[in-house]
Amino acid sequence: MAWFHKSKAAAPKSESPKKEDIWTQCPACKAHIYKEEWDRNLKVCDRCHFHERLTWQERVNLLMDEGTFEEICPKVSWNDPLKFSDSKGPYAEKAIETCAKTGMKESVAVGTGKIKGIKTSMAIMDFRFMGGSLASGTGEKILLGALYAIKHKQPYIIISASGGARMHEGIVSLMQMPKTCAALAQLRDANLPYISIMTDPTTGGVSASFAMVGDIHIAEPRSLIGFAGRRVIEETIKQKLPDDFQTAEYLVEHGFVDMIVHRKDMRDMLFKILKYAGCR
Amino acid sequence: MSLDFEKEAADIEAKIAEFKTQNPEPTGVLVKELNRLEAERSDMLKKIYSSLTPWQTVQVARHPERPLIRDFIQGICSEFIELHGDRLFGDDHGMIGGFAMIDDHRVMVIGQQKGKDLEEKIKCNFGQACPEGYRKALRLMKLAEKFNLPVITFIDTPGAFPGRDAEERGQAEAIARNLLEMSALKTPVIALVTGEGGSGGAIGIGVGDVVLMLSNAVYSVISPEGCASILWRDGTKADEAANALKITAKSILQLKIIDEIIPEPVGGAHRDYAGTMKATKKVLLKHITSLKKITPRKLSIRRFEKFAAMGRFK
Repeated sequence: MAWFHKSKAAAPKSESPKKEDIWTQCPACKAHIYKEEWDRNLKVCDRCHFHERLTWQERVNLLMDEGTFEEICPKVSWNDPLKFSDSKGPYAEKAIETCAKTGMKESVAVGTGKIKGIKTSMAIMDFRFMGGSLASGTGEKILLGALYAIKHKQPYIIISASGGARMHEGIVSLMQMPKTCAALAQLRDANLPYISIMTDPTTGGVSASFAMVGDIHIAEPRSLIGFAGRRVIEETIKQKLPDDFQTAEYLVEHGFVDMIVHRKDMRDMLFKILKYAGCR
Repeated sequence: MSLDFEKEAADIEAKIAEFKTQNPEPTGVLVKELNRLEAERSDMLKKIYSSLTPWQTVQVARHPERPLIRDFIQGICSEFIELHGDRLFGDDHGMIGGFAMIDDHRVMVIGQQKGKDLEEKIKCNFGQACPEGYRKALRLMKLAEKFNLPVITFIDTPGAFPGRDAEERGQAEAIARNLLEMSALKTPVIALVTGEGGSGGAIGIGVGDVVLMLSNAVYSVISPEGCASILWRDGTKADEAANALKITAKSILQLKIIDEIIPEPVGGAHRDYAGTMKATKKVLLKHITSLKKITPRKLSIRRFEKFAAMGRFK
């Protein structure tokens, strides 16, 4: 070992908890909030009502009856049909790293469980897995979720959190748009309800496919929802866009979302809607 | 207009043009010389076009003289009755459609029109359709279903329009709705990528029982420039991104996303409209005939299974 390497063991151990263990900062309004309060509030900012992104497990805990959720296709994973590589290296390496970090094999968890006793199928996207991007494994899992719902005569709920199609799987990612919509057409023909929940963000190929063809569209407050990116639009039309452009509230105003539901009320609202849809 | 990698062929073409002005009615040895030049040009084009890089193919797919849907209609159909409007908002000139006759087959043709001259390009929004364009397309598809007409879509777009109005009128919803409805449509659907298959804007009319590409067309989840600026953080790396994205007809056939490639004449579709039309018509007729034999219900089941299998790897 070179003489100038510091020994790691010599680093002093601090006894008092670190600042970031006590405090957190709202990503939207930058307010400092007690971490304990932040977690108790389901990662929602008390001041500006910004809803922080959640992991799929947090969503399950929030919505499903305790211990009822079971994954139905946990083995479906990412693929590398193009053997894609960019300036930062191979996609495969990045994907393996992401799997290790998140414990997921793809950007969505799909399963079945109960909401206040009502059996439902559910697909939950997780932004931590490559920005929740839609790729072959994602599309396959969302399709399998729909087929499961049809087989077991259950409603289907998809919670979107995605920047859009994953470039690394190229045209195969693009084809997951018609693939997921084709599965939802089957669900419609089976006369089963489909609720789409849009969370921050629901954009690009996800907004232009399964997220926008729900019987009911619910959005979390202030979520970014839209097709094209803000910067691309501003460059195209050479105009500044309003601050609330492509927010959940903006979409309600323009008729593309039925309602905005606070995270703490989501479970109750889903139950009510499922009741109206005739689910038991 | 010649592309930069076509320079050697363009030089010969210039020679031929000069030769023709100097010898408007060549005879004897001059005819022989003209034939020699033309053979030389053809060989050179063959050589260039047989080894195009993906990025060069993008240039061909976007060539300003490349045939557009109106050229295909004129070259393939004996009749075209254009239908207008989405019945909800307006009439998108970037997405056209109507009844058409191909030999003795009545069909519905739909597709993006990019425009030829500047005035038309602006009117057509450079082939970037708005929600009303996708909704018009869907209206015509539903009409085709009602009248038992096969649908043929001609795809050629840089993408769906990224504009404020388009967002406010539901660009995402319009495309999503088309994907869902097309997957279940009870009439034959043939989708043909003639030029640029630009992402969601392309697939928004691209859910076919048979999906075809012209040999120099491209089909991609994102433009090479867009991909380069995101993943390479450098928009000028488009050639690298084009390689990585596998956007050529040959690559996409290998990925089993399309069913067949329609070969373009030597030097690309823009050099020989008649040859392009002949090749396209032949392939379209073959598929129209065979799809017409399948019951509508079975067609929609097959179409679902076809797209369900895409990206399923064992």
